[in-house]
Amino acid sequence: MPHDHHDHPHSLLPPDPHLRVQALESLLTEKGLVDPAALQLIIDTYQNKIGPQIGARLVARAWCDDAFKARLLHDTDALLDELGHNGRQGEHVVVVEQTDDLHHLVVCTLCSCYPWPLLGIPPGWYKSDNYRRRAVREPRAVLSEFGLVLPEQTKIRVWDSTAEIRYLVLPQRPEGTDALSEDQLAGWVTRDCMIGTGLPAAPPEDTSSQDGS
Amino acid sequence: MTVSERKNKTHDMGGQPGGPIPIDPPDQAVFAEHWHARALAVTVAAGGLGKWNLDSSRHARERLPADDYMAYSYYEKWLAGLATLLVETGLVSPEELRKGQADNSAAGPPVSAPTADQVKAALSRGGPSLRPDRAPPRFSLGQRVTVLDPDQIVRSPDGHTRLPAYIAGCTGQIIRHHHSHVLPDSNAHGLGESPEHLYGVCFAAADIWPDAGAGADEVCLDLWDSYLVPADRS
Repeated sequence: MPHDHHDHPHSLLPPDPHLRVQALESLLTEKGLVDPAALQLIIDTYQNKIGPQIGARLVARAWCDDAFKARLLHDTDALLDELGHNGRQGEHVVVVEQTDDLHHLVVCTLCSCYPWPLLGIPPGWYKSDNYRRRAVREPRAVLSEFGLVLPEQTKIRVWDSTAEIRYLVLPQRPEGTDALSEDQLAGWVTRDCMIGTGLPAAPPEDTSSQDGS
Repeated sequence: MTVSERKNKTHDMGGQPGGPIPIDPPDQAVFAEHWHARALAVTVAAGGLGKWNLDSSRHARERLPADDYMAYSYYEKWLAGLATLLVETGLVSPEELRKGQADNSAAGPPVSAPTADQVKAALSRGGPSLRPDRAPPRFSLGQRVTVLDPDQIVRSPDGHTRLPAYIAGCTGQIIRHHHSHVLPDSNAHGLGESPEHLYGVCFAAADIWPDAGAGADEVCLDLWDSYLVPADRS
């Protein structure tokens, strides 16, 4: 055996993950190494404040405002800094634009890198071993599992997030949405279309805010 | 070092065969289980103690025994990596972990928990990896470069790298220059940030996997200077 599990500190914790986190949390609190109020703030931030609705607003605005779109694509970090969207796990962002000829898809094969300040915490499938394994090698098969079948002549460019650069996909504005306001359009911008595993879609109901909360 | 000695490859799974993508239901909560939220919070908060960096925390997860890495869910890997870092930095003793109780006879750790305000500021500030350029870039946009094998660049059997094995030996084209960024291979081991120029490099998928029917599809990776050589030298 190359590894001895008894060498690994995690083997000292309770086997049930719920109890494991409870044990760590209470130990660290008791030792003054974490502040319960800080834990609550972190959970509240990623559960209620930061999520794909932020990226969706940027995309909808880019669809309506050419100057904003140009800055989003070419002056990304300065723009996100101005807007206060360049925090943890989104310090350096590249925005890639979908076209008829080129479809972008984002993955992190080595772990789960994802633009937190724009899209929030990644969904389970993005962090799954199978997505990490397959997205680079068989993107068309992966996309078909999301119900997305691209024309053969559309080239796919997969971005493997190996460094601290985070990728946001700017989807194409759907046809027939000329009459919609920026607020209404934001409801069409799904999380998946900003990763590249989906396309914008009409919100389930005729309302402008579908944040799923 | 020789190829066969390098450990910690379990996480390096890009390009391997796999089963169906476990697509979440559309109404899936951000945290599927309450303990997921607690695990994320305690990991992020403890990171704020400043005793380790992003690269060393990734390395701690990668050093899990392979069968644990494969068996553990996402946040279980985080917890296991956190336990490793707490013990290795001396913040917590193995005995305390086993008992789940602080040992008050031991000297208190010379650090204190970041407050909610400090954590809030840290989350919105993030931890940029960009550093000033110390030398001009070796490669230019459009130049063709060949990727070294991680076994050639990793400095110890236990070493960390952000160079995936699937791209070793492949030749691609520089499409972006991201200026100089902290080098994880060094920073993960406390050997300094050693910033290097970082490039976006684009590869034809058919060059990586000639039999995968990739057509004109491409794969792009962000790769540090020391991972690359000019294509004509390969």
